[in-house]
Amino acid sequence: MPQDLAFWLPVVIAVPLMAAVLAFLLPRAAFPISLGAALITSGLVCWAALAAVNAGPATHTVGGWSAPLGIDLVLDGLSGLLLVLTAIIGLAITVYAHGYFQPGDDLVKQHQYNFFWPLWMFLWASLNALFLSADVFNLYVTLELLGFSAVALTALAGKPTVLKAAMRYLMVSLSGSLFYLMGVVFLYAQFGTLDIRLLSAASAETPTLLASAALITTGLIMKSALFPLHFWLPPAHANAAAPVSALLSALVVKGSLYIVLRLWLEVFYPLADTVAPQVLSVLGVGAVLWGSLQAMQQPRLKLLIAYSTVAQLGYMFLLMPILLKNRDDSTALAATMSFVFAHAVAKAAAFLSAGSILHALKDDRLTALSGLMKKMPVTTAAFAMAGISLIALPPSAGFLAKYQMLQSALTNGYWGLVFVVIGGGLLAAVYIMRVLGPAFKKVEPYGAESTSKAVHVPLVMSIPTLALALLAIVISFMGVYLLELLAVGTPWVLKGGL
Amino acid sequence: MTWENSLPLLIVLTSLVPGVVIFFLKESTVGVRTTLNMFGAVAKLVLIAVMINGLLNETTYETRLPFLPGIDFVLRADTLSILFCILSAVLWLVTTIYAIGYLEHSPNRSRFFGFFSLCVSSTMGIALAGNLMTFLIFYELLTICTYPLVVHKGDEKALRGGRTYLIYTLVGGGALLLAVIWMYAIAGPIEFRDGGAIDAIVEGARGPLTVIYFLFIAAFGVKSAIVPLHGWLPRAMVAPAPVSALLHAVAVVKAGAFGIVRVTYDLFGIDVANDLGVLTPLMIATSLTIIVGSVLAIFQDDIKKRLAYSTVSQVSYIALGVALFGPLGSIGGIMHLVHQGVMKITLFFGAGSFDETLGVTKISQMDGIGRRMPLTMAAFTVGALGMIGVPPTAGFITKWFLGTGAIEANSHWVIGVLILSSLLNAGYFLPILYRAWFKPQKGDWPSEHDFGGRFETFWMLLLPPVVTGVFSILLGLFANLPVGLLYWVRLIVLREYEL
Repeated sequence: MPQDLAFWLPVVIAVPLMAAVLAFLLPRAAFPISLGAALITSGLVCWAALAAVNAGPATHTVGGWSAPLGIDLVLDGLSGLLLVLTAIIGLAITVYAHGYFQPGDDLVKQHQYNFFWPLWMFLWASLNALFLSADVFNLYVTLELLGFSAVALTALAGKPTVLKAAMRYLMVSLSGSLFYLMGVVFLYAQFGTLDIRLLSAASAETPTLLASAALITTGLIMKSALFPLHFWLPPAHANAAAPVSALLSALVVKGSLYIVLRLWLEVFYPLADTVAPQVLSVLGVGAVLWGSLQAMQQPRLKLLIAYSTVAQLGYMFLLMPILLKNRDDSTALAATMSFVFAHAVAKAAAFLSAGSILHALKDDRLTALSGLMKKMPVTTAAFAMAGISLIALPPSAGFLAKYQMLQSALTNGYWGLVFVVIGGGLLAAVYIMRVLGPAFKKVEPYGAESTSKAVHVPLVMSIPTLALALLAIVISFMGVYLLELLAVGTPWVLKGGL
Repeated sequence: MTWENSLPLLIVLTSLVPGVVIFFLKESTVGVRTTLNMFGAVAKLVLIAVMINGLLNETTYETRLPFLPGIDFVLRADTLSILFCILSAVLWLVTTIYAIGYLEHSPNRSRFFGFFSLCVSSTMGIALAGNLMTFLIFYELLTICTYPLVVHKGDEKALRGGRTYLIYTLVGGGALLLAVIWMYAIAGPIEFRDGGAIDAIVEGARGPLTVIYFLFIAAFGVKSAIVPLHGWLPRAMVAPAPVSALLHAVAVVKAGAFGIVRVTYDLFGIDVANDLGVLTPLMIATSLTIIVGSVLAIFQDDIKKRLAYSTVSQVSYIALGVALFGPLGSIGGIMHLVHQGVMKITLFFGAGSFDETLGVTKISQMDGIGRRMPLTMAAFTVGALGMIGVPPTAGFITKWFLGTGAIEANSHWVIGVLILSSLLNAGYFLPILYRAWFKPQKGDWPSEHDFGGRFETFWMLLLPPVVTGVFSILLGLFANLPVGLLYWVRLIVLREYEL
């Protein structure tokens, strides 16, 4: 029933959007509204993904006007996978945030609680819209909406450090979008259309395309914080409130990454033989090394996790040359997307556990974390499982992804990447063990630390954290299903039918 | 899923599920925890017994789940995996009893027994893994689950030991990952098969295959402590005695040795390995390890450290047996997989009991200990004599087959290595026995602990070493019984050499 599926695509965007408006108007009912919207959206998205696996990709023509005049929404494997990912993490974060921002009598917290829900729902709507857009200008609009809601959410924590970080984030986000928009102008000037499928059919290696690719890619990797344009990410991700950190690291950076992948696969593919994909790959290597080395030196848990994001984002660009060299062979794309999925789940779990730790101990300096296993066993276990996936030890989602990356790199003869991926795992082990090593330390019963007893974390926070962490392990046995979804009609041009 | 399809998975789950449940139990619920542990251990043994019976009747037991396109998650029972399964299951049962006694009243027992069970599940997974991917998953899972056991005491020294352990094993894991991926890349989605999964060496694949083989050996060499990759083992001795016992006899060290056996026989195939010419370097490396380990052992005064270096030396007998091309050497190597486990666990149980009962941790404190703890010391003596290879202990059988295997493989110098190693073993074990039995006690024991009761120590600390000590003799005396160990190992070797 592709006809039916297409009908539901705008609903996936409309539900969180309506929830955002309602949550803003009715702050008292914000949580029930958001939770309801989260459940409906997640349910719809999962159903849509299943339907797409069975019936193929779907296109919705907004208002009945098809491209090039109107706007199309397209659901295929690539966008379906990211929609599902957003739904899973979004649901967990919705539940967690209710515990984390629990206002009590605190007015500041009340303020945060009230503004979190509309902003978060708005962000979810923009993400869904971004993944479904089939038109480069529409992508620009969603990218801006995503950026604004992300910056506002970052600033929500209200501390001076975070305001500075949010300001910087805003600047980077705006300049990134500007670069992107200029690239779009070039595309329009050359091909006279904004629809990705029409662009794809017309695309050819011209100087204009090259200029456009350069502008768009630069703008997007700024937003995705690819090394060396990552400088804004650690302060913003580390200082935001934990549920927001999780959102930013797990989902928001993936929005711009998705556009990079989509546009290179569909529009910029004639440039596959230029040096550009190699450059992205080299920057990825730089990110893996630099991010890991920085994570090894951070004094605070959330900064460590943020630098880990810098490192892990690098992996997502490593395979670009392989991915573009042969678009028929989807193993490199599958590896990259498995990694995106794995990283998002594990990173969200890691940030949420860090949030629980901060919430309980009021301190996330690594020196304060010895004996954590005894104090907060569930949270530590969740962090450990997330860490295993970040290191990519089997059985975990991270392992599944890195295995595919290695396979793809090795069969295509990229030996350098093989060593980067394996070495990167070892580096990750070093920084993860900075947290987990002291966690097993024996805590003196009468020690000076005020936290030698087990500390209470509300279930509403620990359950979503643990659920995500478990998922990071369990996904390793669901690889075939993820790949089945991803294989639905990506890339559009080659799979046809659209 | 049918019974035949689910049995291998069930064998893994019989310890995995209790392990996970135990994490959530309160410290004080000793009864539930013990019941769960014992139920899991016994259920596992029963399931394995069923499986042995089925295998003798040519039934195939295989669990297969899709993992990635082209690669399945496969647990399969074959003669070799059953051997490792039964060894792990029996010794797990015994060690569980010992650990319950050893850790009585100590903190974090739920955590300990949880990881302990996960550790055994990983070992079962390693034993039953039907292809490289499944093997890799459980091999790394074992690393993860043993770390909390190594650092269980939670002091600075334990954390440092744990860190060293992780650095070694994770780097080894990286090498294994590379080897596995490379192997899949050049050979396709192969699975373990009796006689080897590679039928013939394709032209041009000789170089990569050789490199891959050495990568495998290097990766497994870390866990099985082949010199110079053994550095973590003595430092991991900070773990509680039951953990050391399990680590040395069944879990970590043995998993590495089992990996070498598995990869040589069922992945490459012994003929292909011989053709590649990789067996001679392996033989030299293991011989070197046997000698160096023994020499280092002589200089240790700490009982557990001496035992650790002895493990370095003894485990390499297994790989040496693999490296000796010919059925007799293979029989010796594979039998030692079991023999070393049973004998070494006896020694570690003994060492742990001396520490718990009398506070004795050093050999220089052991004077006259035979009179104070005769049964424990008798078991320890059997283990020590077994390590030296004195008949009628199990160790003698190993050395006999390795010796005849060396002649069969035309590597006569290996006999020299065996003799030298026996002399060195005698050199570091006999002084212990002499002190314990013939020297009078020197003053008070460092910290004597009165357990009450009729025995020399708490019964849960006494029974396990006595049982495994008796096993060490029985395995030597009745090696040739129908359906005994030798029968089974011969079956394995016949299939590997396709005789």
